[in-house]
Amino acid sequence: MSMPKHDCLVRLVEDDHPLEDYQSGVPRWCSGCGDNAVLAAVQRLCRDENLRPEKLAFVSGIGCASRFPHYMRTYGFHGIHGRALPIAEGVKMARPDLHVFVNTGDGDCCSIGAAHWLHAIRYNMNMTVVLHDNHVYGLTKKQVSPTSPKGLKSNTTPHGAYLDAMNPLTVTLGVTNVSFVAQAVDWIPEAVYAVIRAAFHHKGFSFVRIVQRCPEFLPNMWDAWLRDPEKTLLLEHDDGISFSPGLQRIYKNRQAHDPSDIHRAREIASCIDPVPVGILFRDENVPCYEDVREAGTPRSLDMVKTGLEAELDKFTVWPDDEPAVRIA
Amino acid sequence: MSETLTSVREDVPADEPSPPRPVAAEPTVTTLDECVVEIISDSGEGAQRCGQSLGAIAARMGNGVWTVEIIPAEIQPPARSIAGASGNRIRLGSGRIANGGDGVDVVVAFNEQVLLGRVRAGELKPGCTIFLESMWRTHSDPRIAAAYRETYEELVDRGYLIVEIPFEALCKPVVPDARRGKNMFVLGLLCSLFSFDLKLAREQVRLTFRKKSDTVIRANLTLLEAGAAWAEDNLDVKYRIPAQRATVPQIVVNGNTALALGVLASGMEICAMYPITPATSASHYLSEVFERVGGIVHQAEDEIAACTFAIGASYAGKCAVTITSGPGYSLKQEAIGLAVMAEIPLVVINVQRGGPSTGQPTKGEQGDLLTAIYGSHGDAPKVVMAASTIEDCFYSVITARKIAEAFNMVVVVLSDSNLATSQQPFPRPKFDEAWLAAPIDQSPVPFGTKPYDWNPDTGLFRRVIPGQPNGMYTVTGLAHDRDSRVAYDPVINQESIRARSLKLAALQKTLKPPPVFGDRTGDLLIVGWGSTRGAIEEAVTRARAEGLKVSSTNLHFLQPLQPGVKEIMQGFKNVLCVEANWCDRPEDKLIDENNRRFSALAMMLRSRFLVDIDCWGEVMGQPIKPGTIHELIRARLA
Repeated sequence: MSMPKHDCLVRLVEDDHPLEDYQSGVPRWCSGCGDNAVLAAVQRLCRDENLRPEKLAFVSGIGCASRFPHYMRTYGFHGIHGRALPIAEGVKMARPDLHVFVNTGDGDCCSIGAAHWLHAIRYNMNMTVVLHDNHVYGLTKKQVSPTSPKGLKSNTTPHGAYLDAMNPLTVTLGVTNVSFVAQAVDWIPEAVYAVIRAAFHHKGFSFVRIVQRCPEFLPNMWDAWLRDPEKTLLLEHDDGISFSPGLQRIYKNRQAHDPSDIHRAREIASCIDPVPVGILFRDENVPCYEDVREAGTPRSLDMVKTGLEAELDKFTVWPDDEPAVRIA
Repeated sequence: MSETLTSVREDVPADEPSPPRPVAAEPTVTTLDECVVEIISDSGEGAQRCGQSLGAIAARMGNGVWTVEIIPAEIQPPARSIAGASGNRIRLGSGRIANGGDGVDVVVAFNEQVLLGRVRAGELKPGCTIFLESMWRTHSDPRIAAAYRETYEELVDRGYLIVEIPFEALCKPVVPDARRGKNMFVLGLLCSLFSFDLKLAREQVRLTFRKKSDTVIRANLTLLEAGAAWAEDNLDVKYRIPAQRATVPQIVVNGNTALALGVLASGMEICAMYPITPATSASHYLSEVFERVGGIVHQAEDEIAACTFAIGASYAGKCAVTITSGPGYSLKQEAIGLAVMAEIPLVVINVQRGGPSTGQPTKGEQGDLLTAIYGSHGDAPKVVMAASTIEDCFYSVITARKIAEAFNMVVVVLSDSNLATSQQPFPRPKFDEAWLAAPIDQSPVPFGTKPYDWNPDTGLFRRVIPGQPNGMYTVTGLAHDRDSRVAYDPVINQESIRARSLKLAALQKTLKPPPVFGDRTGDLLIVGWGSTRGAIEEAVTRARAEGLKVSSTNLHFLQPLQPGVKEIMQGFKNVLCVEANWCDRPEDKLIDENNRRFSALAMMLRSRFLVDIDCWGEVMGQPIKPGTIHELIRARLA
């Protein structure tokens, strides 16, 4: 099927996509769930960047957050638990021309998919990865997660969670080839949008952790942070994010942080009170695995034929009337 | 050259017995129809390289060849140990050879312990000729010298013909590290023994060491010549196996290389894998050459990532392959289920090994058939094919990709470690454009196109690829409707399961009946699949020569089954499945018709055709021998 010429012309003038062009269905998340905030920010980003819906692929695993692709009118891949990242890597390797997003929860990314997470950071493939971290398993009804606070009473820890919470930011910042780490909290939509936008524009593995509230199973965990703006630390920089005057009026606890400073980034990342919001780290110079592997190089029939014939030659025994052996 | 050798011979200690045969001016040339040779050593002494080169030279001569690797499980097993035997079996014949044969006629052993390993395993024919490294006889450690002498006496008593040769001493003048160089000396000796053209041998040595420096190539050529010259001077016997130079070009590779060449030829561009024996060598070779044709081998962080990476690539429009063995295949099961549910094409190659668990990593078994067919959870229909020859390994991959894309299915290609490391010449494939994949479809689709528009009769549909305007949808491993929306409707789950199941029937209608080896009627039909084919057909040939009415068939497709299997079975009084997997033995005290576990294929055929099919299996970790199956046929028909 080829596109008639007038269609191309129409496309040129009609290429503006309103928000509805990215919306699909009615999200079945609980009201007050942070996933809604991320969805709104991502759809806005797509509109503002005027991204072609068919060029977008949202990949997810299993969990509440992993329902995300179903609510985008784009290509999507709702995969299996923990494996969003390798699926997304395969998509990107096959099709570097697609914008790849990954939506993964704290169980999906930091527990069952933890091995993939570490290696995905190291591959540094160009994709935007949003960790929807609500510190608890929601879809399976309140089990402890690796990022649950110690003492959390869940269905599998009725006497309280035994271990301290894992910090996904410090883990990410500790892996070779880390190239972008940012954080936002679901109750500051402007920050959610700003960090996801910055992540989208970073070429490499852009890891964004959204600190989320689970209204059903962990509704009060961040109450103190919501009540007291001093418990939020806005990270600002000319190379990072500048927040609106309105936001600056509320959140006075601000700090200039140069995202190229990984040591400072690690210090900031280890702190949860105040909770840092903004870009912690960015390095534009880490090579992307798909570029290293020269993915997307056009492949011609001739190339395959010549390559295969050359390989077959190596192993061929020719009949007497042909050259006895061709040595590569 | 002979001067060097003469001087070496003077270095040999006085109590070193010289080979039992006097130097003959003109050795007698014995013509053989076939011969089985083994070269065995400690790991790292190059016996495998020697064996593979010998096989390749024989193929160049026009002989029928089948080589079998003898591999210990460890990288560096203790030296001089019975379990550490490493090497190669080469069966040479004047006609086509399709398996490793029965007993060994000629053995070259670098120490007596590894040799003992083969003797204990019952691999040596009575009266077999043994060329044995003799340096152990005078070893400075008296225990080693004693062990050698003891074994030597035992083997002489058993009637083997032992020729002691100081291989290392003979190689020392040529190379600094004689331990690692003697393999090419042996190659020269064997080329002389089998009257092979030394010119072809030199060419093969250059090919074998093509990645090494000129110095290394020269040293190995010198060793080859030295070995041949020594044999000419010292052995009074020569063999000749009549050969017919092929009239068409042949390629000589092992099954794993053939699989990798198949990936190259199939038009697939992405292979995601994780290292596992015995599958990995396919990926080794592919990694070496794939980039040249625009392909990528991705070594993922684990088996699950390898499979899901391949699924992601396939989803995005480039059908991908993942290559693994038993334990890795188990790890991929959930992801395979995802590909089945989401109807994403995927080729999975399972080079089977002994199981369960870590099992016998370097040894062959056909234990994964039922896992391949019924693996993953829920009803997960997928296509299962088995390669039965080295050539089959090549073409199966091409066919697998075609089916995977045409039917949006997972296609499992079963090989095993018997095929993986065995070499056999086959006609050089002629490149066909039709092998390659079509370019990724990026044309717009009409608004409202259903991503799973299942044809009610066949279950087939046209897949929409990311990047196609207007076709946006989200694939999901959840039950889904034609729009790929999560199925909350009670009817739709059943409808989609029906559609995915129908695809197998649609494929089955396109398949041809399997060929019958032998007459179409008789007393006994042997049914096999995969690598046992060569041994089964040889056994059938032997039995038929004795007048027994036996035939065989080999099933290339296991799921769906090829048509006509029932009709073939109806031509015979009895049907027997022969497989390299376990089935309970009726003679065991506890076993009766209520509890007997049948071999994998027998179980399937019994349930499908309601025919009382018997089965026989062996899980010794080595290829089933034609002689064993021949005896089995005799026992059944006597």
